Amino acid sequence: MFDFSLFTNWIHNLLSSFMPEWLTVTTECVLIGVALLLTYSLLALFYIYFERKICAAFQCRLGPNRVGPMGLLQSFADMFKMLIKELISLNHTDKFLFALAPYLVILASMLAFAVLPWGNGLQIIDFNIGIFFLIAVSSIGVLGILLAGWSSNNKFTLIGALRSGAQMVSYELSIGLSVLTMVVFAGSMSVGDIVEAQNNLWFIFSGHIPAIIAFIIYLIAGTAETNRGPFDLPEAESELTAGYHTEYSGIHFGFFYLAEYLNLFIVSGVATLLFFGGWMPLHFPGWDGFNAIMDYIPGVVWFIGKAIAISFIIIWFKWTFPRLRIDQMLSLEWKYLLPINLFNLVLMVLIVVYGIHL
Amino acid sequence: MADTQEIIAKLFPQATFETGDVLTVEIPDAQWHDLAETLRDNAELSFDFLMTIVGMDWVEKLGCIYYLTSTKYNKRIAVKVTTEDRVNPALTSIADLWHIAGIYEREVYDFFGIVFLNNPDMRRIFLSIDWKGYPLRKDYDASPETNPVPEDNERQSDFTQVYTRDAEGKIECKEERIFAENDFVVNIGPQHPATHGVLRFRTAVDGETIKKIDVYMGYIHRGIEKICENLTYPQTLHFMDRLDYFSAHPYHHCLCMTIEEAAGIEISRRAQVIRVMMDELSRIASHCLFIGTFCMDLGATTMLFYALRVREQILDIMDKTCGARMTFNYECIGGVMQDLAPDFADDVRALLEIIPKNIKEYEKLFVGNVITKNRMEGVGVLTKENAVSWGVTGPSGRASGWACDVRKTTPYSIYGELDFEEVVRTEGDSMARFMVRMDEIIQSARILEQLVNNIPEGEYCVKVPKVLKLPVGHWFRTVEGCRGTFGVYLESDGTVNPYRLKLVTPSLPAAAVVDSLTRGDKIADLITIGGSLDYIVPDIDR
Amino acid sequence: MEVTTKSMPYEAWKDNEYIESLVKELQENGANVVVGSFDKLINWGRSNSIWPLTFATSCCGIEFVSLGAARYDMARFGWEVARSSPRQADFIMVAGTIVHRMAPVLRRLYDQLAEPKYVIACGACAVSGGPFKKSYHVVMGVDKIIPVDVYLPGCPPRPEAMIYAIMQLSRKIKVEKFFGGVNRQEKQEEFLKNHPIEGVED
Repeated sequence: MFDFSLFTNWIHNLLSSFMPEWLTVTTECVLIGVALLLTYSLLALFYIYFERKICAAFQCRLGPNRVGPMGLLQSFADMFKMLIKELISLNHTDKFLFALAPYLVILASMLAFAVLPWGNGLQIIDFNIGIFFLIAVSSIGVLGILLAGWSSNNKFTLIGALRSGAQMVSYELSIGLSVLTMVVFAGSMSVGDIVEAQNNLWFIFSGHIPAIIAFIIYLIAGTAETNRGPFDLPEAESELTAGYHTEYSGIHFGFFYLAEYLNLFIVSGVATLLFFGGWMPLHFPGWDGFNAIMDYIPGVVWFIGKAIAISFIIIWFKWTFPRLRIDQMLSLEWKYLLPINLFNLVLMVLIVVYGIHL
Repeated sequence: MADTQEIIAKLFPQATFETGDVLTVEIPDAQWHDLAETLRDNAELSFDFLMTIVGMDWVEKLGCIYYLTSTKYNKRIAVKVTTEDRVNPALTSIADLWHIAGIYEREVYDFFGIVFLNNPDMRRIFLSIDWKGYPLRKDYDASPETNPVPEDNERQSDFTQVYTRDAEGKIECKEERIFAENDFVVNIGPQHPATHGVLRFRTAVDGETIKKIDVYMGYIHRGIEKICENLTYPQTLHFMDRLDYFSAHPYHHCLCMTIEEAAGIEISRRAQVIRVMMDELSRIASHCLFIGTFCMDLGATTMLFYALRVREQILDIMDKTCGARMTFNYECIGGVMQDLAPDFADDVRALLEIIPKNIKEYEKLFVGNVITKNRMEGVGVLTKENAVSWGVTGPSGRASGWACDVRKTTPYSIYGELDFEEVVRTEGDSMARFMVRMDEIIQSARILEQLVNNIPEGEYCVKVPKVLKLPVGHWFRTVEGCRGTFGVYLESDGTVNPYRLKLVTPSLPAAAVVDSLTRGDKIADLITIGGSLDYIVPDIDR
Repeated sequence: MEVTTKSMPYEAWKDNEYIESLVKELQENGANVVVGSFDKLINWGRSNSIWPLTFATSCCGIEFVSLGAARYDMARFGWEVARSSPRQADFIMVAGTIVHRMAPVLRRLYDQLAEPKYVIACGACAVSGGPFKKSYHVVMGVDKIIPVDVYLPGCPPRPEAMIYAIMQLSRKIKVEKFFGGVNRQEKQEEFLKNHPIEGVED
């Protein structure tokens, strides 16, 4: 596999050959920031288009096809419009918190990008506690949503935010536990190590039944975490108009809109990392010829391809299922997912302790 | 009929009787409450279903005509109560006997200014509290200067009025709070995706749990009943399209039928068959849209598109014959406007072929889903007694075990000869209301199947006099609309215009019952229950 | 300048004189090259992304639903993102009769829309009161309470007509000027000055 760190090291050496150490680091940070923002916005726009097309296909429609070839530029047009749309300032609101909330939401999803394994060596930072960091920063988002709902001084947003709070806090548990199950299996919290450990076989295949259970629970909890149907109660259109972002207009609303899709990507990205080997191509032990062919496909394509495939499943959920009610949603988590998850964790520990690895 | 009259005459000697279209009893206001109680509770009468209260202005006196039906004996009776006081008219309320009476009385108060004593909630219902005058009175000043387009937000009151008569016979007005003082009241509507139009629920919630709902109507009140009083009979017809725009054909059918029976016009067999076929086609289209929008309310957006597919096909059939997709104005006095399109029968046969497949698909996609079951089963249970007391007819009433299909109870047109089943379920929850409509699509398809292959030849419209005058009298006819019993009360004074045209719509009780069904449920259940009752807002407000 | 949308020949439009006069009026003073190109970019974005507010009072609203369904599929043009919150929508399709009681509500909804905002009066009732001309409770045309950009007659208009109306709106947006020139907002302020409504804030 092509190791992307060769390229980054080359840039580092090039820059440090004529720059002092501190300037090199600063320049690299800026470069990474620019690259991150670009990827971020392009991905979000692509996801919006992707979802609209898929939804159209499910509903026997065509979907956007007028703006640009096959409607590819539709979400760009939406973004241009949203950027210059009026930002309404409201009376009787907490103006500072009101303005802060969308940035918190977008910040949370941007920080999570830092540890996603895009390719071999193509990772912004490889912590030894990468997974822990990911879970920690992605919970900042709920703070933004709560603030948005509360500071808008609107009853709908308040109910939406409280629903969201209850939902996020509950489902964070399931996400954490199912991630923990896989961390136990991998024996490391470092993203790089987890990917390396799947060199022979992806965890979904090698992790026996507990891995499959963990994956299903992760998918359900991840859908809930991204506030997508059938768990889209915080912004349930038919109940709360637009939920916690009812009062937001212009680009502030745009941030919420983008963050929703980015979170979708992050959830699928983490699922890819934990269960489908991150950027690691599909390898089977013993099939050397097959493995060699798979290696020809670049890691970035593997990662994004797998992430999009998982996102497709989550989008499929949304356009198929009706919405749950708040009490049903909470009882699903606390009465079913959590006990199963705990049991699953014990099972995984047993597997690791007795070394029943493939 | 004689029995009823005898029983009443024995108990209430002051009552006077008039037999015409239906047995009409006239009774002084003082005895009215007792008579109402007897009519409801006497085992030999048991007139337990209050169909409507028709407010009337006969210039020399004001009054109400109450239409009651016995669900047990399938009999109908009308009771007339009048007052001669035009300045402070007051009648006794029967809101304690029938749930729906409270709402109907508010409507009469709104239009005629008749105060109902002891009604616990005597506010205006369709018009805003600052509205001047009572529009359906004959002496109402309709000039726009009296009631200009309001420029300010509507004045909102947290209080309601209760009128009582004290010991000396004077009328007293007392103010009462609608919500408790510290209730958290959320305003759902008028512009809200879940209300299916412009209905407004002021909802007191405790967390996610609903404590009380105060329904505000009238955001699309267009005053059709008043406009009709100045139009000729054929002109009044086209408003039927705009009440419940999904039941345009059945509603037309009802008014045409009433006018034809009043004028003694006999219509051809071919026209009858065409009318029934159109009624059933619109029933299928309407139920399809119900399935779609209801699923969308629950969050399953995709179902809407699958359901609309069938509806579009029906609209195509209508389009070919009637020339429009929605407001057809097709059925007219004496028959129908135009003959059927040449390929009508083929199109209907093609439609009948795909309906069973589609129903199966809906069941697979939506009904079998575990989330759907959790959301709908046991949610918003309406018992049979309450359904009758609230007057919730149509599929919603039949889901509660009340066999109230007018096509079966009082067959009109050619329904008596047709072979179909009345779909009745006993659960009374949202799921039952949904399933009744699914099954009714199949029954409607059955009716179409019987008719499509033998549409009789003949003229589609008989000759009617250019200037149509009805004899003096009053008529009340009902049909089964797509959402329930639709009735027309027509009073004629012998001129070319109706003296009073009262439209009894099924959506008003359906919207009124929401409050009692949702108490103690979650906000999300309000959407489920509201959606499953399937009211159409212009049909409520008229 | 021929203002048209994709796959619609210029000659097929019915009201080219109006749009030509509008263009003439707007371009009287010419435009800076840079500013002009920015304007074009912005107008491209705006005219291609017109999000409706979920708002319907009666029959026309159902035809609007049909417009979203598979046969007419307004998603092709990017109009399917119907927002329930007026803050996020671009135009109100006043689909149905507006009565006295609804009038302040509609006005308030209009005030809650974020700039740039547009209004389509859809159906005979919204255009002029339609069949309810003689009613005591119906507003005779929504242009009495809010400024209207496109009038769409019909009772109810067919979905094809609705597509035509929104395309007309899109065409109108295409000739707008964001920088300098005649700004739409000024016109709106003028309108609001002539139609004062008290008690409606924000």
